[in-house]
Amino acid sequence: MLWQQLANGIAIGSVYALISLGLTMVYGILRILHVAHAGIYALGAYVGLLSFRLVGNFWLSLVVGMAGAAVAGYVVERFLYTPLLHLPRIAPLIVSIGLFTAMEEAFRIVAGPHTLAYNARVGLGDLSIGGFHLTETQILILFVTFAVLIFLWAFLTKTRTGLAMRACAQDPETTSSFGVNVSRIIAINFLIGSAMAGAAGVLIGVYDNQVWPTMGSIPAYKALAIVVLGGLGNIPGTVLASIVVGLAETFFIGVLAIPFPRDAVAFVAMILVLMFKPYGLLGKA
Amino acid sequence: MISGYLITILIIIVIYAMLAHSLNIITGHAGQISLGHAAFFGIGAYTSAMLYTEAGFPFWISIPLAAVVAGIVGALLGIPCLRVRDDFLAITTMGINFVVEAIFLYIPFFGGAMGIGGINLPKWFGREMTKPEYFILILVVFFFLLLLDRRMGHSWIGLAWASIREDEQAAGAMGVDVVRFKVLAFILGSAIAGLAGGFYAHFLTFIMPQNFGFGQSIVVLSMVVFGGIGTRWGPIVGAIILGILPEVSRPIMEYRTLIYGVLLLGMMRFQPGGLLGSGSILSRTLQRLSITYGSKGESR
Repeated sequence: MLWQQLANGIAIGSVYALISLGLTMVYGILRILHVAHAGIYALGAYVGLLSFRLVGNFWLSLVVGMAGAAVAGYVVERFLYTPLLHLPRIAPLIVSIGLFTAMEEAFRIVAGPHTLAYNARVGLGDLSIGGFHLTETQILILFVTFAVLIFLWAFLTKTRTGLAMRACAQDPETTSSFGVNVSRIIAINFLIGSAMAGAAGVLIGVYDNQVWPTMGSIPAYKALAIVVLGGLGNIPGTVLASIVVGLAETFFIGVLAIPFPRDAVAFVAMILVLMFKPYGLLGKA
Repeated sequence: MISGYLITILIIIVIYAMLAHSLNIITGHAGQISLGHAAFFGIGAYTSAMLYTEAGFPFWISIPLAAVVAGIVGALLGIPCLRVRDDFLAITTMGINFVVEAIFLYIPFFGGAMGIGGINLPKWFGREMTKPEYFILILVVFFFLLLLDRRMGHSWIGLAWASIREDEQAAGAMGVDVVRFKVLAFILGSAIAGLAGGFYAHFLTFIMPQNFGFGQSIVVLSMVVFGGIGTRWGPIVGAIILGILPEVSRPIMEYRTLIYGVLLLGMMRFQPGGLLGSGSILSRTLQRLSITYGSKGESR
C-alpha cells in the first residue's frame, strides 16, 4: 500500500516536473511568470491527439505534440514576450494570463467542450510484483521524464549552447558581450521548455485517457507554486519540488484522507516553505 | 424609472470599481503585485454575511466590521508577504487566494459548497432599501473613499508609497520605513476590498466560495491594468468597461471569454500603461486637448 502510493506520487510528480521545468527555464532567463505555459501544455495534448487519430502511433504522436508545442512557444516568445521585456514585470504577466484565457477558449471553440479520448496503447503492459502495481502509462511517464531529464542535464552541462544558456540565466548583458547571440539562446530555451510541456500534455492525455479544453487550468497555477517552491529559475530545485508536491498530494489526500482540496496542497507547501526560506527550497538570494 | 436589470448592472459595476480601487492602492500606489485580492473581498463578504445571518447584527454594523476583519487579516497576511518580493510575492498572494477559497469550501462552519443564503438588503426608515437607494449608498461611500485617496496621494503616505514602488532599496536608504508603509497599503487595500465584499454579499443575498476564487482576482487585476495601473481614475474606467463588456456581448456569448482574453492581451501588448496610463493614446489626446484649450484661455 505504502509502496503503491509512493509509485503513484512519483508518477504524478514526474508530470509536474515536465511542466514546471519549462516554466522555470523561462523564468531563469526572461524573468517572466509564463502562465500561458499551461496553454502550450494543453495545445501539445491536442496536437498529439490529432496526430494520433490520423496515424495511430503513440510515439509519433508524442513527437508531433512536442513539436507543435515548441513552435507555439517560440511564436509566443517572439511576438508577445520579447517586445515587453523592458516594461515592469506585471505587463508580461497580464499578457500571459490574457493569452492563456484566450487559448482555453480557442480550444473549446475549435475542438468542442467535451473531453476527447486519447486511447493510446504502447504495448509495454502493466507491471505487477506482489501487491505492487505499475500501470503501463505510469511506466511510460517515468520513462519519458527520465529520458527528458537526462537530455536536459547533458544539454546544459555538456554543450556550448547549454553553457551559454546557463550564462544567460546569470547575466544576459555580460553573456552578450562575450559574443553569444542572446536572442537565439532565448528562442532555444523556449523551444525546449515548450516541447517538455507538450510532452507532459500528451502523457497526461494518455494517463487520464482524456483531453479537454481546460486541462491546463490547474497545472497553470500549480506549476507556478512548484516553481516558486523549488526556487524560481532553479532546475534541480524544481525537480525536487515537483516530486515533493506529487508525494504530498498522494499521501495527505490518498493515505491520510484529510478533507482538503488536492490542488491546494501545493500552495500550502509553498507558503510554509517560503516563510522559512523566502527564495524556495534550493533558491539563493 | 430605470429598469431592475440596469440598476443591477450599475450596482455590480460600482462594487467592482471599489474593488479595483482597493487593489490599486496595493499594486498601483505601493507597487506590491497581488494576485489574490478576491480573498479579501471574500473575507469581507463572509464576515458581513455571517454576522448578519448567524449573530443577527444589522447591516449598518456588519458592513464596517467586514472592513475591519478584512483589514486585520490583510495585515496578518501582509506580514509574511513582506518576507518575499516581486514574483515570489505574486505567487504567494495567489496561493493565499487558493487557500482562503479552500477554507470557505471545506470548513462546514462557513457553509461549505452550499454557501450562505438569506442575506438581505439593508433596512432604513422601517423598510427595506430599494435597489436605486442601495446604489446611491454605495456610490456615496465610494466617493468618500476617492476623496481619502486624493488626500493620501498628496500626503507623506502617498510619497512614501511612490518611493517604495519605484525603488524599494533606495527608499529604505532615504529613511522611509518600508515595512510600515507596505503593511499600511495591505491593511487599507484589504479593508476596502472587505467593505466591497460586504456590499456585494448584501446585494446578492447569497454567496458561495466560487465567487471569491482566483478567477475573480484576475478579473479585478485586469480592470486595474486595463484602465491604467497607479492612476486614480484608470481602475474605475477599467471596471466600467470590463463590467459592461459581458452585458453588451450577450449576443456573442460563445466568444465572450475569448474576446476578454484577446482584449487583455492586446491592451498590454500595445498600450502597456493602460487606457489612462502615461503615454497611452487616450491620455496623450486628452493632454493635447487641454493644451489647446489652455492656450485659448491665455489669449483671451
